[in-house]
Amino acid sequence: MFIQLNKKWPAISWLLSLLLFLPLLAIVWQSFGDDQDVFTQLWATVLPDYLLNTSLVVFGVAILSVVIGVPVAWLVAMCQFPLRRFYVWGMLLPLAMPSYVVAFVYTDLLEYAGPIQTELRNYFGWETAQDYAFFDVRTLSGACVMLALVLYPYVYLLARTTFLEQSQSLTQSARLLGCSPWQSFWRVSLPLARPAIAIAVALVAMESLADFAVVNYFAVPTLTTAVYDTWLGYGSLAAAARLSVVMLAVLFVLISIERLGRNKQRHYQRGGGQETIIRHQLTGLKGIAASVFCGVIFMAGFGIPFISLLDMAVNYFDESWNGKFLEYSFNSLMLASMVAFICLVIAIVLGFFKRLSANKSGDLASKLASTGYALPGTVLAIGVLIPLSLFDHGINQFLESFGIDGPGLILSGTVFAIAAGYVVRFSAIAIGSVDSSLNKISPSIDMVSMTLGASPLNMLRRIHFPLIKKGCFAGVLLVFIESMKELPAALLLRPFDYETLATYVYQFVSDEQLEHGALAAIVIVVVGLIPLIFLNRSLEQQH
Amino acid sequence: MTQLTINNLTSQYDGKSVIRDLSLTLEGNEIVALLGPSGCGKTTLLRAIAGLQPISNGDITIGNQVISTSTHSLASEKRNIGMIFQDYALFPHLSVFENIAFGLKNMPKAEKELAVDEMLALVKLQGYQARFPHELSGGQQQRVAIARALAYKPQLMLLDEPFSNIDSQSRGEIMQEMRQILKQQQVPGVFVTHSKDEAFVFADKIAIFNDGKIEQIDKGSVLYNNPCSPYVANFMGKTNYVAINDRNETHISTCFGEHLLNDYEIPLTHNVMMLRPEQIIIDEQSDNKFEVIDCSFAGSHWVYRVQAVVEKTVIVEVHSHLLLDNQQVIGLSLNMMQLVTFNIEK
Repeated sequence: MFIQLNKKWPAISWLLSLLLFLPLLAIVWQSFGDDQDVFTQLWATVLPDYLLNTSLVVFGVAILSVVIGVPVAWLVAMCQFPLRRFYVWGMLLPLAMPSYVVAFVYTDLLEYAGPIQTELRNYFGWETAQDYAFFDVRTLSGACVMLALVLYPYVYLLARTTFLEQSQSLTQSARLLGCSPWQSFWRVSLPLARPAIAIAVALVAMESLADFAVVNYFAVPTLTTAVYDTWLGYGSLAAAARLSVVMLAVLFVLISIERLGRNKQRHYQRGGGQETIIRHQLTGLKGIAASVFCGVIFMAGFGIPFISLLDMAVNYFDESWNGKFLEYSFNSLMLASMVAFICLVIAIVLGFFKRLSANKSGDLASKLASTGYALPGTVLAIGVLIPLSLFDHGINQFLESFGIDGPGLILSGTVFAIAAGYVVRFSAIAIGSVDSSLNKISPSIDMVSMTLGASPLNMLRRIHFPLIKKGCFAGVLLVFIESMKELPAALLLRPFDYETLATYVYQFVSDEQLEHGALAAIVIVVVGLIPLIFLNRSLEQQH
Repeated sequence: MTQLTINNLTSQYDGKSVIRDLSLTLEGNEIVALLGPSGCGKTTLLRAIAGLQPISNGDITIGNQVISTSTHSLASEKRNIGMIFQDYALFPHLSVFENIAFGLKNMPKAEKELAVDEMLALVKLQGYQARFPHELSGGQQQRVAIARALAYKPQLMLLDEPFSNIDSQSRGEIMQEMRQILKQQQVPGVFVTHSKDEAFVFADKIAIFNDGKIEQIDKGSVLYNNPCSPYVANFMGKTNYVAINDRNETHISTCFGEHLLNDYEIPLTHNVMMLRPEQIIIDEQSDNKFEVIDCSFAGSHWVYRVQAVVEKTVIVEVHSHLLLDNQQVIGLSLNMMQLVTFNIEK
């Protein structure tokens, strides 16, 4: 669009965009810092193991997610069996379940003193752990299973959509050319779903790379726990930044895979989706088997953990409902609301800049501002800490040189740090949702209002803003929810004696006392269910 | 030899009968077009023949084998039928070679290559083996689709609006070429379209669909000149209906004068005579005077709307190469070949 904007607008947009991009730059810059002893020592001792563990977790979770997600997606999309309609959205629910809660619940159920092993011992008359072999949850493979149980919905979601959108004439052609339904799945449907599955796997891999809670709880040292420990243990920002750069390199590979998948998908997906799907009717035993298969996965990812949480919350209600619960709920609520509002303002400024800028510069500004979302929480926290502590030290040194007492850590040691971290991490969500609703407004609307004599700012206020209200609301809501759930960044950035609901719950998980935090955990799960309702509604509209 | 026989077929879609009690036979290697507006059941019939749509009554036979009844349906993959879809349905993850070879299972590699080469030569796409579908134009994609279906040596080819995504410039040429290929390979075809022009070019016979039934099936020229109902008449082209003013044993009379009945037995209820625009000729000698009220140019001829000078309610469309002015009064006479009359409620 060729519209002359007020000069201040681009300036403010660029300033915001660069501020949001700063943490990434800071990490790269800091990684060249001179405090390299810690890193060298790490590299010589434990780092190779951490790298190996990280790779194993990422691969393990990716493979398990595909093994669970693809069959479920295919059954739900292409077959008719009992309870299918429930599973369409039921399979998404694990997304709302924090991985560390799932990890805690299974550890509790499956440990030596847990109900399952106790029952088995009683039944078979075993005396000690030496009498039998039992799966140990608190291992690397256990961590993979726990993460896969809450991350497979990414694969399910993307694979299901791609199965539904595949042109039916393709499978029908395959049938007419002599393929049985099973052969046409293997020779046509599955290969066509490959790019979508690759995208989902890349997302799952990024999430598992970023996971801190489960691996830390299971004492599986990975790159994320290493970043956390080098900063909190050794106090070395430079070493933490170096580790972060290693993670960024892995991330870059994963993002490239995702991009590649999207490019390929363009050729594979052609319109379609308009035809009514003729589902394979699974009757009798086959139908029951399909239903049970989906049911087991649903129970494992959501049902059992949620019921356990409810059970704990009811039994320990008096212990959980206390001043701390209320205080930390209030902390989370305030923090999340504030962050959501700031992200919205940023998104609107950048969104309008992008819409009205004549060249690609607005696009670039939005992209730079959105990089924070891809960063793992721990890495992002380090990236935010670097400039903030630089600023704090600068101010203090400056004032002390005049003989005045410095104000202390006014940015890095206060709620400002955690809020800044969240804004950097979640702006991308608000930017995305404002952007997509702006894109739905036809450019001719702009042209009409300009020819009718509205100035650019006038037009934004009278035309665009009313039209994107819904997108703004969605953006605010999503940022709010993500901020309520965020854990790793909060653990690193929170000021002394400050807890959010997530850190509060995680504390109890680490101390093996989730009973006391069950109520708080339920709040997090319920808040996490909200976006799934929207997601499900938009899925139903599509099909 | 009878290739395809459909007896009293009824098929439902979303609980509604889309095809009702339909019968159709295909002889030798003829190509039949199923012509009708969208939603009249012609695609459903095609899918029923392919085994992609269940039938609730009747049966379908190919050659000597019954492939569909209300209780038994031979799986699509065992029917040996080729089908060309509107979107061609080329497998986007496979190359042209792999697409064409898709149906050739249990065949040594060399033989497979030979078969694919033969098909590529047939559709004039030699050298395109390694390309992927998204690298081909619409017309080329369609040739690959035809080659893929023919490589499978089908007993019958089904074509579901295959030319609707091809631009009108090259459509005619491609249709003729595809027709030649089917004829050369001696494969009979059922062709679904909503365009009578496509049906005229591509098919040997045309079946006019109306609401789940075949209203009339015959050669294009017969349907055009001797339609069995106003529905068919209107579908085949522009028609004028002029009122029958009077009748006796040997004649009927209209505003164009008297017309001999000869052997034509006209039912008592029939009240109009059908005239194609080109049957009406400008003739200065004629006493039937008409005034030009509107004209437009249609490329190969002019289209005039003319109004009878005496009987003002009669307005007909005339096609002519002569250039006439608005309000010019002309004489019209008829070039009758076959008398066609209908009953049309006013």
